[in-house]
Amino acid sequence: MPNMQRINRESTPPVSAPRNTLSARPRFSRENVTKALFVVPAAVFTVLFFGYPVVKNITMSLQDYTTKTFFTGEAPWVGIKNYATIFGSNLFTPALLNTALFTLGSIAGQFVIGLALATFFKRRFPLSNFLRSMLLLPWLLPLIVGSATWRSILDQDSGILNRSLEGLGVIHDPIPWLTSPAVALSAVILVNIWVGIPFNVTIIYGGLQDIPEELYEAAALDGATGWKAFRNITWPNLRPVVSVVLVLGVVYTLKVLDIILGLTNGGPANATQTLAVRSYQESFINFQFGSGAAYSNVLILISLIFAIIYLRANRRAVDE
Amino acid sequence: MGTKSKMRSFLAVAGVASLALTACSGGGSGSTAGSNSGGDVKTLTVLDSYNNDPDKSILQASIDKCAAQVGVTIDRTTVPGKDRMQTVLQRSSSRTLPDVLMLDNPEVKDVASTGALSALGDYNVDTTAFAGNSLDAVTQDGKVYGAPVPADTLGLFYNKDLLAAAGVEPPKTWDELKAAAAKLTKGDQYGLALSAAATYEGSWQFLPFMWTNGGDETNLDTPQVKEALQLYVDLVNSGSVSKSVINWTQADVKDQFVAGKAAMMINGPWQIPALEASPNVKWDSVQIPINKAGQTPTAPLGGMVWTVPMTGDKAKMAKAAEFVQCTGSKDSQMSLGKARHTVPVRADLHEEYVKEVPTMKTFTQQVENARARTGKLGKDWPKAATTIYTAVQLALTGKASVQDAFAQAAKG
Repeated sequence: MPNMQRINRESTPPVSAPRNTLSARPRFSRENVTKALFVVPAAVFTVLFFGYPVVKNITMSLQDYTTKTFFTGEAPWVGIKNYATIFGSNLFTPALLNTALFTLGSIAGQFVIGLALATFFKRRFPLSNFLRSMLLLPWLLPLIVGSATWRSILDQDSGILNRSLEGLGVIHDPIPWLTSPAVALSAVILVNIWVGIPFNVTIIYGGLQDIPEELYEAAALDGATGWKAFRNITWPNLRPVVSVVLVLGVVYTLKVLDIILGLTNGGPANATQTLAVRSYQESFINFQFGSGAAYSNVLILISLIFAIIYLRANRRAVDE
Repeated sequence: MGTKSKMRSFLAVAGVASLALTACSGGGSGSTAGSNSGGDVKTLTVLDSYNNDPDKSILQASIDKCAAQVGVTIDRTTVPGKDRMQTVLQRSSSRTLPDVLMLDNPEVKDVASTGALSALGDYNVDTTAFAGNSLDAVTQDGKVYGAPVPADTLGLFYNKDLLAAAGVEPPKTWDELKAAAAKLTKGDQYGLALSAAATYEGSWQFLPFMWTNGGDETNLDTPQVKEALQLYVDLVNSGSVSKSVINWTQADVKDQFVAGKAAMMINGPWQIPALEASPNVKWDSVQIPINKAGQTPTAPLGGMVWTVPMTGDKAKMAKAAEFVQCTGSKDSQMSLGKARHTVPVRADLHEEYVKEVPTMKTFTQQVENARARTGKLGKDWPKAATTIYTAVQLALTGKASVQDAFAQAAKG
């Protein structure tokens, strides 16, 4: 008999099984509560630390939110006035353009150098592990320390970079790294590339480790080594990692603030103003929290677009 | 432990968490609950931004003296200067402002206009002894909201050896300044260093030239203001001042001066301890040079202010006012001024002060004629300050002519 029963149960069509469970069990069964408990912490966390700030930021951008608000709690509703102010500002278009150039330049530089270094460190050689861990240094250094150091390196008159270039005969007149509006953005991008390399190397190096060695061995037998091996084996296998690195890189770079504040504070003559810097200065220098929130909402919107691109790319990868 | 009891403990935790959240968001509307704890006040909380030694312990000594005099113990918190306003805002929204709060003088009017500060007159604090210019920064609608601590300002420091070697006298006029700076520029050494950074520091350093020449922050698009900007542009374009000044803080300026890379600098007396620490640099100071005969060197008045926030506890607020009154006393002003190279803001002390601290002679005169940044514009000052440093940056980088720089900067 027990045998029979088991066979019977197993022979019931699988489709009806879930429905049976649902109707048979009460709504607040132990199982459902347990399921809910798995979701609740994540949901509470998301609502508290992502939902609330985003909603608050949006409402703040529609209010006249100033120093007074902190004491009186009154923030008069002003509709889209803050957005009109920031879009009408002379600094909005340059800041948007600088944000785009800064992001593109930084990502391109970080990624190419990161990929080259990761490929290089894939080979084992004496001290390779030690050198690879040294690469993480910019990551471990507080950004404010890093930018202060770079500020002295890039000093026009006595900075070590200009002195070295002059000594080597590469340049004759010192380059005004941080003091010319034409050069400052490039200099800031340069420093941000330095900051971003460890992240790129680490992730890409991890991705390279996942590519089976046999592929290279088989390809080598067919005569594909060096550049050919990279193009036909490394690059296609690395694609999912590359998409993660690029999209996260974009989102991280869009919001970079401390490096620019430390190096130029948005100057010279507003040449390194980005949306993040504008948002910071409006909120915490001018105490116009409404306009500051409006700037950061624009920034959030741009990040969101890239986040969606990332999610879609990922979903496609999973489907494949 | 069954699922039921797990569930219960989870609910309990969730309940506590939500309570904590409501407690956090309690700030905001309405007036503070006036909890009168009676006349017997034993401690006062103090918040200031002298977070580094030696200033931290110097101020501690000054605080302790007044605390002993009014019979309270002090619970002191310090925050870095750049976090001061953010801390004040956070604390005012969570109703945890200290009993005694130190603000920078240009912040007082802004904070007072939010209703967070109480007028010192309400506690019969006598502020008549303070110099008029120092009260300009703390007076809103005829009420005084703060007691200034000894003040600082800007002047022209010069390297005595370098000037003597070049046969240059310390400049008194803009023409002399240009000539001296040109003569003192050679090789690695610039004639003059100053800060023209894209921050309020850059505006603060421009003010002495602008005000001395009769310029005014209420209207920046005037010949007087533009002449001051022209002076900057001339100095940089002639090579007497490094192009890097648009990225230098006042600390950088001091470093250049100490390293002998600048023969003169615009800076304030708070750099004197650092200058005294490098005895190979022989220095002295004069007031800011003037453009035309008959002008008075007019620099901005710097310095902190003690205030009494509206905490709702009337007894504590009264005691806090007593404490603030004490910090304005002759004794307190004199000892703090001597220890920190800052000028007591009471005219009746200046003669004695200069006698005791001769290096501060120039700065004492400069403080007497100094102007408060928020004296005219109040809480609109930050906007003017932003326009000023932006215009200076536009002109020095050649992005705008001196003629157009202020109009272009004002469009923000």
